Amino acid sequence: MRFTRGMLAIAVAGLIGVAQSPARAQQITGAGSTFVYPVLSKWSAEYARQGSVKINYQSIGSGGGIAQIKAATVDFGASDAPLKPDDLQAAGLAQFPVVIGGVVPVVNIAGVAPGELRLDGPVLADIFLGKIKSWDDTAIAALNPGRTLPAQRISVVHRSDGSGTTFNFVDYLSKVSPDWKAKVGEGTSVAWPTGVGGKGNEGVAAYVERLKGAIGYVEYAYVVQNKMTYTLLRNAAGQFVRPSPESFQAAAASADWQHAQDFSLVMTDAPGAQAYPLAATTFILMYKQPKDAARARAALDFFRFALEKGQDTAKSLDYVPFPDPVVTQIEAYWQANIHTQ
Amino acid sequence: MSATAHAAAPPSPSRRRTRGGTGDMAFRLLAAGAALLVLVLLGLTALSMLWGGWPAFRTFGLHFFIGTEWDPVAKRFAALVPIYGTLVTAAIAMLIAVPVSFGIAVFLTEVSPRWLRGPVAAAIELLAGVPSIIYGMWGLFVFVPFMADHVDPWIDGTLGGLPLIGPLFAGPPMGIGMLTAGIILAIMVVPFISAVMRDVFALVPPPLRESAFALGATRWEVVRKVVLPYTRTAVVGGIFLGLGRALGETMAVTFVLGNAHDFSISLLAPGNSIAAAIANEFTEADSEIYRSSLIALGFLLFVVTFIVLAAARLMLARMARQAGR
Repeated sequence: MRFTRGMLAIAVAGLIGVAQSPARAQQITGAGSTFVYPVLSKWSAEYARQGSVKINYQSIGSGGGIAQIKAATVDFGASDAPLKPDDLQAAGLAQFPVVIGGVVPVVNIAGVAPGELRLDGPVLADIFLGKIKSWDDTAIAALNPGRTLPAQRISVVHRSDGSGTTFNFVDYLSKVSPDWKAKVGEGTSVAWPTGVGGKGNEGVAAYVERLKGAIGYVEYAYVVQNKMTYTLLRNAAGQFVRPSPESFQAAAASADWQHAQDFSLVMTDAPGAQAYPLAATTFILMYKQPKDAARARAALDFFRFALEKGQDTAKSLDYVPFPDPVVTQIEAYWQANIHTQ
Repeated sequence: MSATAHAAAPPSPSRRRTRGGTGDMAFRLLAAGAALLVLVLLGLTALSMLWGGWPAFRTFGLHFFIGTEWDPVAKRFAALVPIYGTLVTAAIAMLIAVPVSFGIAVFLTEVSPRWLRGPVAAAIELLAGVPSIIYGMWGLFVFVPFMADHVDPWIDGTLGGLPLIGPLFAGPPMGIGMLTAGIILAIMVVPFISAVMRDVFALVPPPLRESAFALGATRWEVVRKVVLPYTRTAVVGGIFLGLGRALGETMAVTFVLGNAHDFSISLLAPGNSIAAAIANEFTEADSEIYRSSLIALGFLLFVVTFIVLAAARLMLARMARQAGR
């Protein structure tokens, strides 16, 4: 009895919902990356205010987003790891980046202030491999001349859940450390050789703040909002750079988008002199031949709004908008690849 | 169940049956259907998990149960670390929670002044209603630093050097690990176990208790020789209710367990549990075999819980036989 009454209640609620929504309101659905969720939801709130299109985005994780768009249950998917052109071709999908963020190593060492500790890729990889075990290791000392670090055990903190943040972090370690590439490799979750796993950025941030001698990695926004002790990283050009909107944008500008088919490019270890080596982006996945052209058009209108008018919103949430040349390239890519007529 | 149904039956069933035959029959069918539905759902759940986990069982075979690697990149999975973590954290929880719950229940029914019983009982029941995420957050922000600064170094220093059991207690004092998770679980299940114990202790007929006192029994003797034997079925039931909760708890555990797929015998080392691994990794399980391995983990949790409950039933049956002798 209760079962049928429950069904009835759901049906009634559904009817009321349909009846109340204005006839012209359109809902675009998307699913995927949690990394992009805060800015995407703010963009969609602003977009809904000036039009009748609502974006319903489910932050279920990149893997889930790819599965959902392949099953065609959503209008767009979002993934932190780009799909390869072959995979896109096979699934009939197009792909473009929307916003830039960064992954930042954070530490908890007594007496070390934000931006004081200098690290480079190989040392970072050795720490996360468990080969460098103490903060007074000679490899760390060599990067930090004139600074004495305590003989304290390093507690490695990583993500316990699969995540695009992890993907970008281990992609970078794989690029700079052959040892990492051979032993661990890259993916949204990997077999960590050492350390403890925190759930989500907040879990990692909490562990790092509570474990003495800890090192972990979180999204840039968490570093800013929680005033965490970030480190400087040596980029491909040999400069030690601070994580900042400028250095992320430098990475996006120096990344070779022109030659990346379907924008299939991970921005880590970008070549620019001021480029931050752990800049990251989220990719939107859409069908090249959408079943419902009108909905695809509405989705692209939303992303046009986000790329062209959403910069300030992105900055307010500590994301970084794409530089204009890349935006132009993305819009040209839409014209050429996504058929909305 | 059946005993209560008989007791509640009308005094003259034959006359009633002729009058309300169809109603009785319909009610009987409905009740039987409801009971069967649970069985069918249980069976289907187990089957679907076995089905989903089958690729993992087939690919890794026996190694899935005894191996320790968990490598989503190389797509090699084995479940010993989460199985061990689940069993060890639940065992620690029960080691702490059962004596404490027993103490609470005895205090409330035998020792405490009457005016204190209400408030203490209400406080314990309130604890049972706290969502597990709250225990997880409290564990991470308050309890983990306490363990790291005060408890773990002491354990490592005093017990860690002992022969034989030393490796169980040696490790870096991080505050995150199976011991912390076990203690948090204990706090979470105490309200469940103690509430059941208190309720059944209160059901012991006063004449039994008074007779024992009249014979000169001490309070402890009354509890041990009268109250406990009278209530043992329900007490064991309450304990296993708590154990079931400890085995399946997810959120609180994942915050303080460390979620590391490294096998370590030490209670101070981070580990993983079945429920925590599933909750953490399911959303981003991007390959077929990864997803299948996680579903297989779920099936294992199902089997572990089933074994524990079956063991409880067997134990009760044996105790009943011994009592009858």
